[in-house]
Amino acid sequence: MSEREVLELLRENARYSTADIARMTDLEEDEVAAVIDDLEAAGVVRGYQAVVDWDELETERVRAEVELNVRLDRETGYDDIAERLARFPEVKALRLVSGDYDFDMEVEGDSIREVSQFISEQVAPVPEITQTVTHYVMTSYKEHGIEFGDGEDDDRLSFSP
Amino acid sequence: MPIELSDRVQTVPPSGIRRFFEIAEERDDVISLGVGEPDFATPWAARDAAIASLEAGKTSYTANRGKRELREKISDYVADRFELGYDPAEEIITTAGASEAVDLAFRALVDPGDTVAIAQPSYISYEPGVIFAGGEVLSVPTREADEFKLTAEGLDVAGAADADLLVLCYPNNPTGAIMSEAELEPIAEFAREHDLTVLSDEIYAELTYDGEHTSIATLEGMRERTIVFNGFSKAHAMTGLRLGYALGPSAAINAMNKIHQYTMLSAPTTAQHAAIEALDSCANDVVEMVDQYDRRRQFVLSRFREIGLDVFEAEGAFYCFPEVPEGWTAEEFAEDVLREQGVAVVPGDVFGAGGEGHLRVSYATGLGDLRKALNRIEAFVDEHV
Repeated sequence: MSEREVLELLRENARYSTADIARMTDLEEDEVAAVIDDLEAAGVVRGYQAVVDWDELETERVRAEVELNVRLDRETGYDDIAERLARFPEVKALRLVSGDYDFDMEVEGDSIREVSQFISEQVAPVPEITQTVTHYVMTSYKEHGIEFGDGEDDDRLSFSP
Repeated sequence: MPIELSDRVQTVPPSGIRRFFEIAEERDDVISLGVGEPDFATPWAARDAAIASLEAGKTSYTANRGKRELREKISDYVADRFELGYDPAEEIITTAGASEAVDLAFRALVDPGDTVAIAQPSYISYEPGVIFAGGEVLSVPTREADEFKLTAEGLDVAGAADADLLVLCYPNNPTGAIMSEAELEPIAEFAREHDLTVLSDEIYAELTYDGEHTSIATLEGMRERTIVFNGFSKAHAMTGLRLGYALGPSAAINAMNKIHQYTMLSAPTTAQHAAIEALDSCANDVVEMVDQYDRRRQFVLSRFREIGLDVFEAEGAFYCFPEVPEGWTAEEFAEDVLREQGVAVVPGDVFGAGGEGHLRVSYATGLGDLRKALNRIEAFVDEHV
């Protein structure tokens, strides 16, 4: 139970200190630290990252969602193909999905040229991959549960009864 | 020749908060813990229902008591959540916020010279409401030693035995105190023994942490002498939509409706549509908001204890009520912490007897801001205390 609670808080904000999490729950600080250690050791928590709104930065960042279709054979399964693709640092996310295509892949790079090259030179030539459809991200409205944009102004009065 | 104001209006002093508004205006980095309303937006389904009703042109008056469908849903809701049984036809009236319902009750029940005992500290509108209705206010202070719960002894000492009405607000604004069934029983007994009508403002009922809310109207012999107030402002985050209701014996509700039909006519129609949807489909939104409040509550209580300000374990509403350090009045502390650190809190005196020496701290604010605000209060205490 405490595991779920700590996990929920970390997912809300991974920068909550163990002290803050302890204050918000019935746990002591060292208990919180132990729960987090366990979650990490068990591979439940795989990492912590910032949620970035690239539109707010001067430097360009190009992202694409790529649909991949593959053909399996006796020697090659989904896991084999996934393992090969996941190794590339350009690939930020890779999921096997149901529906019209097999893999859903997120790719990031510094320019459209770089991302295009990566897909045409590194991904498309993989023998099992039969088709790629690349969607460049134009605007991101929400990532990891966090809404982008200006946010809603708090228009409440500073004092009310 | 200036317009002559009524004595009644002039009797009521201006709000003690006014001054603080002006100080808050001087800084642009103020974090307000002085807010008595949720920071959440109304659940989307309820907003959507309001929009749909506007699109469909449903903007006429409703029945004086409110739409029949809404009253039926309120009846089911209070039965389900609080074991209260009220007939939608005769025993429920919807109003422009619970505040209107409280005002209607005062005007329907109070004769000139009648005494209304008010358990304090509590919501600031009760006292003026009694005065506008021509009644006399009897303050019944509650004490930190009792965790700001009302006791029969407190009622007795204050002379409430001779009062006509008793006003209660639990879960309490401003203290965050709640009262259990066992704690309400002696109050019910006092009311029965001294023939008091009880006005029970339960607007924060859903915001009860660690346990279930008990309405005094469910205690033996109390239904017939109690009017219960509730509404959508707090639990459903609908303050600006203005929708509350009163539950009570038909004679009292009919009398309140008589005033309501000549003054308000009916509660805002758009809000009634939102409220129907809120009761239909927003129970999970309420649970989620309550979870968030509870987390913040524990965070804020922990921080005050670390900072070194005494604070009792507030278990309801979205307030806690820490004590100011020795040598300070609540007003001085609230003013200085606002001027120096840009944190707005409300001095407890504003809420009547028993509130002095305390601050009302609202945690209806996101954790990020709460964290910053508490750090600033800590810096202030470290510097001055």
